[in-house]
Amino acid sequence: MIVNEQVAVDHGLKEDEYAKICELLKRTPNITELGIFSAMWNEHCSYKSSRLHLKKLPTKGKKVIQGPGENAGVIDIEDNDAIVFKIESHNHPSFIEPYQGAATGVGGIMRDVFTMGARPIANLNSIHFGSPQHKKTKNLLRGVVHGIGGYGNCMGVPTIAGQTSFDSSYNGNILVNAMTLGLVKKDKIFYSKAAGLNKPVIYVGSKTGRDGIHGASMASASFDEKIEEKKPTVQVGDPFTEKLLLEACLELMAGDSIIAIQDMGAAGLTSSSIEMASKGNLGIEINLNKVPCRETKMTPYEIMLSESQERMLIVLENGKEEQAKKIFDKWNLDFAVIGKTTKSKKIELYFDEEKVADIPVNTLVENSPMYDRKWKKAKLPKKNKFKKEDIKHLKIIDVLKKILANPNVCSKEWIWQQYDHTVMGDTIQKPGGDAGVVKVHGTDKAVAASVDSSAVYCWAHPLTGGKQVVCESFRNLISVGAKPIAITNCLNFGSPENEENMGEFVECVQGIGEASEYLKFPVVSGNVSFYNQTKDQGIKPTPAIGGVGLIKDYKNMITMDFKEVDNLVLVIGKTEGHIDQSLFARNILDEKNGPPPEVNLFNEKNNGETILKLIDNNLIKSAHDVSLGGIITAVAKMCIKGKKGINIKKPKYLINEIEYLFAEDQGRYIIEINRKDFKKVTDILHKNAVHFDDLGTINENELYINDKTKVTIDELSTSNKSWLTNYMSK
Amino acid sequence: MKSSVITFPGSNCDRDMDVALKKFGFKNKMVWHADTELPKSDLVVLPGGFSYGDYLRCGSMASKSKIMKSVINFANSGGMVMGICNGFQILVETGLVPGVLLRNKYLEFICKNVFVKINDKKNKYFKNVDNEVLEFHIAHNEGNYFCTYDQLKEIEDNNQIAINYCDENGKIEDQFNPNGSIKNIAGIFNKEKNVLGMMPHPERMIDTSLSGEDGSLFFKNLINNLK
Repeated sequence: MIVNEQVAVDHGLKEDEYAKICELLKRTPNITELGIFSAMWNEHCSYKSSRLHLKKLPTKGKKVIQGPGENAGVIDIEDNDAIVFKIESHNHPSFIEPYQGAATGVGGIMRDVFTMGARPIANLNSIHFGSPQHKKTKNLLRGVVHGIGGYGNCMGVPTIAGQTSFDSSYNGNILVNAMTLGLVKKDKIFYSKAAGLNKPVIYVGSKTGRDGIHGASMASASFDEKIEEKKPTVQVGDPFTEKLLLEACLELMAGDSIIAIQDMGAAGLTSSSIEMASKGNLGIEINLNKVPCRETKMTPYEIMLSESQERMLIVLENGKEEQAKKIFDKWNLDFAVIGKTTKSKKIELYFDEEKVADIPVNTLVENSPMYDRKWKKAKLPKKNKFKKEDIKHLKIIDVLKKILANPNVCSKEWIWQQYDHTVMGDTIQKPGGDAGVVKVHGTDKAVAASVDSSAVYCWAHPLTGGKQVVCESFRNLISVGAKPIAITNCLNFGSPENEENMGEFVECVQGIGEASEYLKFPVVSGNVSFYNQTKDQGIKPTPAIGGVGLIKDYKNMITMDFKEVDNLVLVIGKTEGHIDQSLFARNILDEKNGPPPEVNLFNEKNNGETILKLIDNNLIKSAHDVSLGGIITAVAKMCIKGKKGINIKKPKYLINEIEYLFAEDQGRYIIEINRKDFKKVTDILHKNAVHFDDLGTINENELYINDKTKVTIDELSTSNKSWLTNYMSK
Repeated sequence: MKSSVITFPGSNCDRDMDVALKKFGFKNKMVWHADTELPKSDLVVLPGGFSYGDYLRCGSMASKSKIMKSVINFANSGGMVMGICNGFQILVETGLVPGVLLRNKYLEFICKNVFVKINDKKNKYFKNVDNEVLEFHIAHNEGNYFCTYDQLKEIEDNNQIAINYCDENGKIEDQFNPNGSIKNIAGIFNKEKNVLGMMPHPERMIDTSLSGEDGSLFFKNLINNLK
């Protein structure tokens, strides 16, 4: 095939990018080389539109062992233990083929984690669908949930937490973000940097097929009417092979034969070999005839661009091939020496004794395009003035029931019951709480993780929204008694070529950066997914933040269920009555404009740290952060979980009842304390200048507001639990 | 007491079972599926997971593994063999226990706590358990127990049903059946009651900080019965 500008454009490259390739090579690339460039230079692999902005994120900290740039981030959790974690998107494939798209998303992120030597110990996910009324939503949701479960369950890794939302902006572009945490000894972490000359390059895992060719390019383009034609670009997963690959890799890693290891994810053999060479400042030579292929007559182009799953590339020490091969034979996996490291600093490919590609590594990596895209700054919307008449006629209990049954608030049990969340025998906080918690096997330590996003806030004001998501993650970890350590982010946005979408990206990233800097909650890994749009309609900006924290003694973990009748309930943090962009405003008053709640980083940090102090002093019986739906929704959920009621008394200050109960001001928690500890607790709160309200007292099974309005917890529970199950069974 | 846990390719509850057995006093060995000989054991466990990726039919390929010949001989000579979840699926494939396990009635994987009623205590697994009802944990996609009418009659005549899904008070009703199993069956024995297959995972219920503690009760009792 003759390569020209049109062929390059068909590969998703721009005209000037093609000209740059010819200039760098000082010749026209052949088709294999063009394929390699298109794979390395697409948005998904090169981060060409985002790199400039991502550089500004804080990535360092005392507990950070490895920040962005490796397969996943690594943090120190003491005693020579470390946690490897990352979140990644698999949005485009999941919309085209929900089961396989979601399944391979889960498989891919687990591979990123065990590539570094860590055994995966927990999975999480953040999934977003179109309006429940949209004709595709139900099937997409079912397919994605089955896919996530199908892969994670088979791997024997518990899925401990997640987030699901519905919004019409995802009608044509669902989001599937998967996150994995792995446990590794600090001195046994593996990296992808190749080192040494003439070291054997080994291919292990599944055979290479024609699936997923151009997957990464597909993920870097917008959808149009022809998306069905893209089905062949979706990879097909086999969790069984991945389980074998996991065990085989960990067995090999127990020895000392590996120099570098890299999984074949997006852009398969291309990106894995180039990344290893690039990091090691070396060349790699590969004989493509040696690559185990599943199908006959595969061309070099197809072999290099296949995204077949469950494959790894390893650089071994010389002479260790036999020993390594034995392990892979035991697990019935392919093992082939396909090449070697060289000093050429080039990627050189041979096929049928001909050289089929010869590209300097730096042209693919350092010289890849980087754009400073135009972007538009978002204005802070004006506050709405809600009229008393609009609110006065509302009955609080009716509103509460509606909110509890709202698709974005309701119980997601239908989803997480399909995920094995208890395998490995260390899950001490299951899905449905503020964060999932697993014990560090065989120790008293536990690791908490949560994943959050607030697309509505980010859409209303990206800078504030970006900050808010990080704060929410911080709060969720604090609520289970964990000290927040670091985050991973999955940045889901529309087209970077659209100034408004690009502006949303830039300002969300800025917000994330500011909050994570202030809270000392650095970003250690992540992924950017642009072009989440159909035709020219982008999704609401949806940065998803995965937070990880440590509980030093698992017995001090906190859950959100109310524990004991007659205990007191406090609201920590001040309620100003911010209604704009709240679930209440959007769904009850049908007011979709206005600014999101303000984020005060000082209060976030101070309130959170004070809660941890209270927990350290054993003063908190249950805790929950206040988010969607405000104080009353948070309290109702604690009632439902604990099968207890509460007498709520609105504090006298300021705002009216509705504003007090449904506002979504930030930095707030609900805590349950023992009556006899009231003084101890309030002393600590006063000492730390933390505002609190005395909200009420726990009772048997009814929710009262100011002694008048009441509803049974069973009734609230039914509202909360039935929506999703009913929706899916219709 | 010595126990052996068999690891098949795709087993994923083998470690959990190892942890549980050791916690309650067993000297446990992990045995690889391609081995031919079982170590000397008082109890052999086929753990949960997705042996051979559930390809062909859950448990079918594992039932033909090299080690299974020894396991079958061991069972036939009266040795204690327990299959949990995928292990139960393997047991039905070997024919050591009657029946088959179909896909769950609602076609969905289910992971949750359930209650089971002990149907028979004249066996080494449940003898001396004080409770009538245990809270166990299930996590499976194919746990819908099914057998022919004749088989069912035989199973009932021989009192081979080990546990049934029920509510916390031991009431065995359709609404407490998570997967559509015939007669709410959650576990059954072979005729001699030395082989037990069950869907619930007692190894996930061995600590109050986990899903519950009735698994501890089960294992403590089991090791005492074997002494």
